[in-house]
Amino acid sequence: MNVLAAALSPVHQQYLLQARQMQALSFAVHIPLVCFGIAFPVMVLFAEWMGMRTGDPVYRTVARRWSRIVLALFAVGVITGTILSFEMAGLWPNFTATFGSVFGLGFAIEGFSFFLEAIFVGIYAYGWDRLSPRLHFLSGIPIVITGFTGSLNVIAVNAWMNHPGGFALAGGKVVHVRPWAALFGNSMLWSELVHMYIAGYMVTGFCMAGVYAVSWLRGRWTRYERVAMTIPLTIGCLAAPVQALVGDWIARVIAVQQPIKLAAIEGLTRTTRGASEHVLGWYTNGQIKFGIGIPHLLSLLAFHRWDAKVIGLDSVPAADRPPINVTRLSFQTMVGIGTLLALLGVIYLFVRLRHRSLPTWRWFYWALVVSGPAATVALIAGWVTAEVGRQPWVVYRVMTTAQAVTGAGGIPVGYAALVVTYIGVAGALVWILRRLSRAPLDVPGADAPPDSELQPA
Amino acid sequence: MFLKTLPLVFVLAGLVLYTVLAGADFGAGMWRLLAGGGERGDRIRDHAHHSMGPVWEANHVWLIFVITVAWTAYPVFVGSVASTLAVPFVIAALGIIVRGASYALRSAASSSREFRMVDGSFAVASLVTPFALGTMAGAIAAERVPVGNAAGGMFSSWTGAVPILIGVLAVAFSAYLAAVYLAADAARHGDPELAEAYRVRALSAGTAAGALAIVGLIVVRADAHSLYTGLVHGAALAVLIVSLLAGAAALGLVATRRFEPARYVAALAVAAVVAGWAFARYPVLLPGLTVGQAAAPHDTLVAVVIAVLAGGAILFPSLALLFGLLLRGRLGESATAAPDTAPATASPAPTPPRGRPPRSTSLRTRVAVALLIAGVGFLNAADAGWAHLIGVFSLFGFMVIGFAAIVPRALAEDSDQLTPPASGLR
Repeated sequence: MNVLAAALSPVHQQYLLQARQMQALSFAVHIPLVCFGIAFPVMVLFAEWMGMRTGDPVYRTVARRWSRIVLALFAVGVITGTILSFEMAGLWPNFTATFGSVFGLGFAIEGFSFFLEAIFVGIYAYGWDRLSPRLHFLSGIPIVITGFTGSLNVIAVNAWMNHPGGFALAGGKVVHVRPWAALFGNSMLWSELVHMYIAGYMVTGFCMAGVYAVSWLRGRWTRYERVAMTIPLTIGCLAAPVQALVGDWIARVIAVQQPIKLAAIEGLTRTTRGASEHVLGWYTNGQIKFGIGIPHLLSLLAFHRWDAKVIGLDSVPAADRPPINVTRLSFQTMVGIGTLLALLGVIYLFVRLRHRSLPTWRWFYWALVVSGPAATVALIAGWVTAEVGRQPWVVYRVMTTAQAVTGAGGIPVGYAALVVTYIGVAGALVWILRRLSRAPLDVPGADAPPDSELQPA
Repeated sequence: MFLKTLPLVFVLAGLVLYTVLAGADFGAGMWRLLAGGGERGDRIRDHAHHSMGPVWEANHVWLIFVITVAWTAYPVFVGSVASTLAVPFVIAALGIIVRGASYALRSAASSSREFRMVDGSFAVASLVTPFALGTMAGAIAAERVPVGNAAGGMFSSWTGAVPILIGVLAVAFSAYLAAVYLAADAARHGDPELAEAYRVRALSAGTAAGALAIVGLIVVRADAHSLYTGLVHGAALAVLIVSLLAGAAALGLVATRRFEPARYVAALAVAAVVAGWAFARYPVLLPGLTVGQAAAPHDTLVAVVIAVLAGGAILFPSLALLFGLLLRGRLGESATAAPDTAPATASPAPTPPRGRPPRSTSLRTRVAVALLIAGVGFLNAADAGWAHLIGVFSLFGFMVIGFAAIVPRALAEDSDQLTPPASGLR
């Protein structure tokens, strides 16, 4: 199976696991910021557009304050994104040296998207006072577009790593490279893209809703907070149930394209007809302990047939299997949280449509406070499922992470330095966001008293 | 060969732009260390901070452009460099993190102690990052990076005389460019005192950078003779002379307070050094690896060229817009802190209540539910690819129309919930 002689000769690296953890940490730090890059500009622009349409200054205040968050998060995202590009080359030089000509194009296009995003974030966030309202609104639209194209290209690279194509190997060198087909003619791209895109709206929607849920719980509830909560909350609550449906789709794609990943997710040792689905539990000695088994459900979910054959882990040598419990546990975390969020979303949508108001239960707002961090955990758990579930491969069934890794020494030192630095950055970010949230509202009419001037409908 | 070299031209152009744009941002960080105390020092620091505000992210992205185009077009080169030069690479990465974080922190700092801490870490990171990146360039130029996975020395590859020299030179250039740009900005804003402060800095940093470059040639001759031979022949020599003349001219312009042209001439001087290095080494990338050998297959190179040209066609007008707005003073918080000048026609009161919600809302709800059902059918029940496509679009339609059904009415109606819910006060 392993036909590769890489462009640079592989070197034994005793700290492979640390190198993988270092990469994983960097992704875990960056990916929540990507979510805000995908979804938040849309919410900001919607608020600004409502302000232009109705003339109500509250919307403009909401948009303006949010745009500062966009700027701060984008600044951090630029940095964490740079670190990722450094690590792709620095930690996995063989991966880059061998396949850079196949997947690199995606990052080059992503680089341009990032660039345009940086330009227009700068114009938008700094242009409130001196650009005309219409021009200012228009300057935000490229942020939305480039947020999409950027994530599209990075996900195209990841989908290619999961389902490589668009090249041939001859004597360890890639030949007949068709970079466009490799990146965009990939059957795994679309489900992954949609899944991540909706995840972006969930994370952003629930995180922002959670911020204003704290205000509600503290009794600070002016029109400003209501507007600022309704927009992200509705988006998150619409996205969450849809994500459950999209999740079913991507699972069926995995079942066909990466059966071993599915087997690891389910802890399925032997290839089985009419396989059962196990909820919870722990994989040990080739079976799930303490799990709740539901007969035939796995076959039914993955292939829509009662007795469909599901490939087991034993179809590949032990060395080619991913770590089962990490994959399984993170998958179950994602699905568990996703299901609860979908439920929360349905409850909100029902109350909103039925009673035409926000729910008044205290627990609902506590749930919202938790929902943002929970959605972020689910996001990261999902990526752990995707990435650890692909192990030992970096390029599925073509190159292993052990072949890709750098031969440089001192990985633990770099890893430790990165951990310390990121802890510092995380502390700094929390401090900034708290400072920003306490800054006085900058528009008269948005703060507490003016509410009394409003007439009931 | 043209096709194999063209991406290298893009990479070098990106490198030049990174040096003259982001380099100046690094320099602006360094000047905060040397701003001095008191109110004057604060003004010098604030000016360094505010000038780069809207542009530093865009400037920084040139580095990402350089890396991504390089690894697509010359993958073996990037793999070898990144693995052998892992140590300065990591140092640069950490510097970039700390610098970005301190930049963001400054916007939230309030006390002078906080400002000092933030500026201090910002300045140190601004010093370390160009130094580390410079040593990497120096190590490549001095042929200390062999082809292979971490085949060169982990420390010896970048701690020789030439790499260290290029690192120091990168720091000096950055400081010089920053001082010139900041003097020009201050003069433009009509602040002669501040312009003068930066003029003095520009003159001293420029003299130091020039002297260092000349000393550098002697070091290169002793330590990396083949690089020296390349530098003093042909196109490389011509470009170096351009650099020398431009450097001298820029100093003269700064001395006579013609800051605006000095900005461009100084950038030209620095850009010419990068070009001289490229001419001196071409076509060799690493010992035993030429541009032709390192280049990716034909189709990839074509794709990269298309992507860069198409991207550039969008990018450069956008950049022009950004810098145009910046130089015309259209970006930034207004000095008077005028409360939002909402659209002139806007009435302060929100939309008049509309009585009954618009009838279309219930229609929207029904359409949204129909789309949801269609989505489940096509995406989750069906197995064909085309059905999944319809399913995905149905679900997106559900979300968009669902949003339209709920939010505008909710925003209008919620104005009648005037008092916080009782439970909220408990």
